[in-house]
Amino acid sequence: MDILNAIILLLNYIFIPALTYGSQLALGAIFVTLIYGILRFANFATGDMMAFGTMVTILFTWYFQSLGISLGVLPTALLAIPFAIIFMILYMLSIDKFVFKYYRTNKSPPVQLAMVSIGVMFVTQAVVRIIIGPSDRRFFDGEKFIIKAREFKEMTGLNEGLALKSTQVLTVFVTIVLVSLLFWFLNKTKTGKSMKAYSDNEDLALLSGIDPKKIVMITWIIAGILATIGGALYGLDKSFKPFTYFNNMLPIFAAAIVGGIGNPFGAFLGGYVIAFSEIFLTYAYKKFFMYILPESMEPESLVQLLSTDYKFAVSFSILVIVLLYRPSGIFKGKVL
Amino acid sequence: MKKNLNVIAAYSIMMVLILLVGIFQSWNVALSIFNLCLISAVMTMGANIQWGYAGLINFGIMGYTALGGLAAVLISVDPVQEAWRAGGFDILMGLWLVIVMILVIRFVLKRFEKSKIRTYSIAAIIISGILLIRFSMEPGIEAIEAVDPAKTGFLGGFGLPIIFSWIVGALFAGGLAFVIGKVALGLRADYLAIATLLISEIVIAIIKHEDWLTRGVKNVIGLKRPAPYEVDLQTTDWFINLVEKFNSGKLDLISNLSDRQAALNQFVIEGSSVFVKLCYSGLFLIVVIILLILTQKALYSPWGRMMRAIRDNEEAANAMGKNVVKQHLLIFVLGSAIVGIAGAMLVTQDGLFTPGSYRPMRYTFLIWVMVIVGGSGNNFGAILGGFVVWFLWIESAPIALFLINFFTVGIPESNTLKAHLIQSVPYFRFLMMGLGLLLIMRYRPKGILPEKIEIK
Repeated sequence: MDILNAIILLLNYIFIPALTYGSQLALGAIFVTLIYGILRFANFATGDMMAFGTMVTILFTWYFQSLGISLGVLPTALLAIPFAIIFMILYMLSIDKFVFKYYRTNKSPPVQLAMVSIGVMFVTQAVVRIIIGPSDRRFFDGEKFIIKAREFKEMTGLNEGLALKSTQVLTVFVTIVLVSLLFWFLNKTKTGKSMKAYSDNEDLALLSGIDPKKIVMITWIIAGILATIGGALYGLDKSFKPFTYFNNMLPIFAAAIVGGIGNPFGAFLGGYVIAFSEIFLTYAYKKFFMYILPESMEPESLVQLLSTDYKFAVSFSILVIVLLYRPSGIFKGKVL
Repeated sequence: MKKNLNVIAAYSIMMVLILLVGIFQSWNVALSIFNLCLISAVMTMGANIQWGYAGLINFGIMGYTALGGLAAVLISVDPVQEAWRAGGFDILMGLWLVIVMILVIRFVLKRFEKSKIRTYSIAAIIISGILLIRFSMEPGIEAIEAVDPAKTGFLGGFGLPIIFSWIVGALFAGGLAFVIGKVALGLRADYLAIATLLISEIVIAIIKHEDWLTRGVKNVIGLKRPAPYEVDLQTTDWFINLVEKFNSGKLDLISNLSDRQAALNQFVIEGSSVFVKLCYSGLFLIVVIILLILTQKALYSPWGRMMRAIRDNEEAANAMGKNVVKQHLLIFVLGSAIVGIAGAMLVTQDGLFTPGSYRPMRYTFLIWVMVIVGGSGNNFGAILGGFVVWFLWIESAPIALFLINFFTVGIPESNTLKAHLIQSVPYFRFLMMGLGLLLIMRYRPKGILPEKIEIK
């Protein structure tokens, strides 16, 4: 029984939160990696672009709520996401047209493009804050829990409760569907394959008649979908605050690089690597050991490797270590 | 003279703008903008050395600024005797263990050939070392943080004049840059940018959460000043006489004696804060001028030529026998040390250290906007960038308010859209910075004052 309690404890406090957080990071990391692989620059506006998509989602959610439309147990935001994606794609394509295109056609060095993306970051941040303001917003509605901790305890008779939020299930489910669709697209369709070729070797791809304009456009469209859904899922699960989104850019970058930048599958796994290690290293294992060890050996301290204050620092340290020993990432980068 | 006309013109316009703020808003505001412009100028000089001279991208400016600020705290605050008695020994033990760990790692690196076993054993040493240090320091840290937590709860500093911290801040920042440079400078440009950005976040996390050293988010307030205090000035005779002399024209107009005294008091109160700010301006100006002379000399020296050669063609410079790695490390350390000075100056001016206020937006990306807008590779350009961008950063809210009112003049105040726009005026500064950066990068990619290399 104690072993079961211990397992439930880990599930509840480590596995499920990490899986959710990892999925949210993974979507962002694939976004970063796609831009890096095809447009060849580190996009510092990542977090703020996700904030923009989430903001549009929230605005549509409010609109639908005012009309009285809802999805019952599911959050209304799900209905708003498709509309938000359209806005997001338009926003990204116009940014590309007015800003990035000039540098791409001039074959500017990646550093310059990264600098330009900082300009885009400032502008996007301003737009988001001017439209919706900097404060914390919750836009979740519908049924909050699938399993409540107390119900679970009553059902199983265990000491430890297992709470399962509907946003957690939703996040993982949507991520899996979206990522499988993306990989199917990249690996099986002609356009996807040409994207891979373009990322692999631009000149060769151009020689074999691939249209770069189309590739760039499709990249931004996929990026828009990923950014909106990733941002909206994060906002549904936690809350929407522009500053948090800007900060999330850092673990997202870490995930993309750990997985090997330019490699979508690596980025996908990188998200989970970062999320799990953050939570593993900062969780206090005292209660866990109380369950599995005999009473005489129970630990007195919290058995916490690092205090939770260092959550971000953990992922960045992993990144620095990976950069030093395997700059191309755990899964070799640059093979889209 | 003619060649430098654009430099002189740009600086004159900038000065006129600050004077206009002084005349129309207040001299206090103008001087505080001017002081922060000077501090920003020091930061941009540091970033400019790295980016403009050597083409190294450093997104860790925030980290060095914070370390400079930490130096100001550690130098100027009086030591907390009680805390030292409570946990000083444990902390010293911990530091000793850190040194031992570093020595052991160095020994392993020197003694054994590069191999998988060596890598793993170093990792093992680091992990076990960190655990050991944590457990040995834990009781000391707890004891220190328990000492009067509302007021101290940290070890304090050395109780020296805060001016010294400007040098120590440079040493701290340079030391950190040396470590980072050793491990990260081999990375490609954009990886280096991301790595430095993340490392600076780690530095901030440590400063925020190691309360025994920095008081963390509880902030350190009331730091010593290199300038006199306003309250003291208001009761000193020579200062009152000075203010009286300065404002004699206005004071003579008032015939009533008690009214005259009240007016004089008002002038003294205003004058004292202006005077204090002027003291800071003088100190900062000295630093900026010294740094400017040194950086200009360096730029036109053989060393500066070599740096440009490395920046423009690394392989060719390498083939000419220049030690690219060593020079990169050197310039990384130098630039970061200058940023460290700026960090200490900033805390000196504010008189308080707030680890929570260090955010990448303000301390990394804004500085980069300054460098790019001003003109990378040109020291005068970098300083100008610091002035222009900081001026706009502060004044963008009034400007935006004016523009909104101007364009919506026919719309009543109660209109929701207008009210919303006026409410979000502070965020127009981001818009202005972003658009400024994008426009400069597109139409004047070398900045307002581009790099100009004269061959003498």
